[in-house]
Amino acid sequence: MTEVLDTSALALQLRAESVTVGYGAEPVLRDLSFDVPTGRITSIVGPNGCGKSTLLRTLARLLPPSDGRVSLDGEPIGRLSTRDVARRLALLPQSPTAPEGLLVSDLVLRGRHPHQRWFRQWSPKDETIIAEAMAWTDIAELKDRPLDELSGGQRQRAWLAMTLAQDTELLLLDEPTTFLDLAHQVEVLDLVVRLNRERDRTVVMVLHDLNLAARYSDTIVVMHEGAIVGEGEPAVIITQDLLSSVFGLEAEVLSDPRTGLPIVVPVASAVGVRTG
Amino acid sequence: MTATDTRLDAHPAGSAPLRLGWLSCLVPIRGVVVAVAGLLLLLFVVALNLALGDFDVPVVKVVRILLGGEAEQFQRAIVLEVRLPQTVVAVVVGAALGLSGALTQTFARNPLASPDVLGVTEGAALAAVAFVVLIGAGRETVSTPLQTLGLSGAAFVGGIATALLLFLLAWRRGIEGNRLVLIGIGLGAACSAATSWLLVTARLQDATTAQVWLTGSLSSRGWSEAKPVIVMLVVLIPITLLLVRTLNALQLGDDSARGLGVRLQGSQLVVLICAVALAAIAVSAVGLLEFVAFVVPQVALRLTRGSRPPLVSSMIYGAVLVVTADLLTRTVLPFGLPAGLVTTAIGGPYLIWLLIRSKRKAAL
Repeated sequence: MTEVLDTSALALQLRAESVTVGYGAEPVLRDLSFDVPTGRITSIVGPNGCGKSTLLRTLARLLPPSDGRVSLDGEPIGRLSTRDVARRLALLPQSPTAPEGLLVSDLVLRGRHPHQRWFRQWSPKDETIIAEAMAWTDIAELKDRPLDELSGGQRQRAWLAMTLAQDTELLLLDEPTTFLDLAHQVEVLDLVVRLNRERDRTVVMVLHDLNLAARYSDTIVVMHEGAIVGEGEPAVIITQDLLSSVFGLEAEVLSDPRTGLPIVVPVASAVGVRTG
Repeated sequence: MTATDTRLDAHPAGSAPLRLGWLSCLVPIRGVVVAVAGLLLLLFVVALNLALGDFDVPVVKVVRILLGGEAEQFQRAIVLEVRLPQTVVAVVVGAALGLSGALTQTFARNPLASPDVLGVTEGAALAAVAFVVLIGAGRETVSTPLQTLGLSGAAFVGGIATALLLFLLAWRRGIEGNRLVLIGIGLGAACSAATSWLLVTARLQDATTAQVWLTGSLSSRGWSEAKPVIVMLVVLIPITLLLVRTLNALQLGDDSARGLGVRLQGSQLVVLICAVALAAIAVSAVGLLEFVAFVVPQVALRLTRGSRPPLVSSMIYGAVLVVTADLLTRTVLPFGLPAGLVTTAIGGPYLIWLLIRSKRKAAL
């Protein structure tokens, strides 16, 4: 861990500086500031409609703030060329779409887009990085299969391989575990942790599941009604009070005996509990 | 976990890595085979189209005439002055329509999104018919070059104007494929209705002139029609080929494309301008050759088995289809039928098949 933190002085800095996103009386994000913790895994959590995907998309320069700015290494991200940004920051959108019949390897190859030129479309570096990305995500055997024939977990790994092929220090993942069963969610998140620990990737992701967020993040960012209401280590942030005030959820927070990390156990209403 | 064990075949199956100095690319093997086969097929139908007709000229003699060898004056005139210009028009118009369709279908991520379905060609037709009927270009029995130019120019402007209108109506913080198609179909229907109304109210002679032009007739088209299309192709083919990687990224959706560093709106605009200009110039040269831009890219896609309509093969097979249509109308079908009827006869059933198939797929 210390090595990872040491590199942070050199590594990329992505920050939102008092951004307002959306127009009118009720913007989605209002005057929000957030520094992405470099070299760490950060999960943005919050109830539906709290603006967590909006924050991630704003950080990824997909949504222009109506006020404030997003900066990458001190420069306003809107003023950098989009290609330049794409070499430093990769994004996995929520439920991405691919054309029918696209091969896995063809998808991964497209991750090289910001590094390619019309005359340089298969450099030795492209080849190495694509092979590595496929090895990391364990999809090398699936490379010649059409994407639409794969299972949900396999498909998500292929998309992750595409973002890895982009070869960026920063990865922004918008709900990377949606529509996956628990085993595949864990598989994807294990991969995210390895990327962070072994390859020094800074990861910011939006997650729905609080227990998984607590288990797999260094930092948790809690959002509520377009603002950040808590930021810090999972064990500090996830409390009974927070769950009731932000999520409107009556729940107990237990401590995982193995890891010491918080586990959220909703208190079931009397109707839902079976005692027999 | 090392890269070396998978290194040899990291590239997609069916492609061959090619590196020459600082140049590197992946050659799609199947795509090249399909394109070469298409070129051979094109040579074959072009040869037939030059040889056959009211007076047959043996293919050997056609080749000799083309190479400047000895032949009877009469045969030389038929081949060089009648059939060659008309065949060249068929080739370039087919190529322009095929390329245009491949671009719009990729752009909208929808096989229905060809310039004829999007209303661009109907808009061009409306403008041309309006030119004939309202300005009375058809009053003279012999059309002068100026009138031909006016008709073509009107068609071109009409196509571009319809595309602009389509943009304005479909734009909602970006262009979305299905919305584009639905609005395009509406626009196309409106243009067709206006065209019909003009034809009903027109003088008989004007209506006839307009109707013949509308159905996509290749007969007596020559160099003056071919030239603008050739110029457009020479300018736009290199631009579209440079767009290939952008098209590949655009296919992954707007968010992914932008994440990969594509300047989304700028690239979309360039793709659509190229596509619309190609369709409009093709219509302005020969009238409505329906369904070429719609069918050919999808057929080429099935042949190459890629993930989007191939640009080069769509051009080649577009040319093959239009030359074949010309050949059939001149040799097999009864007198005077325009080539547009042949392409429509092929395209209509294909559209029905596509709709049935996609419905079944959605139901599964």
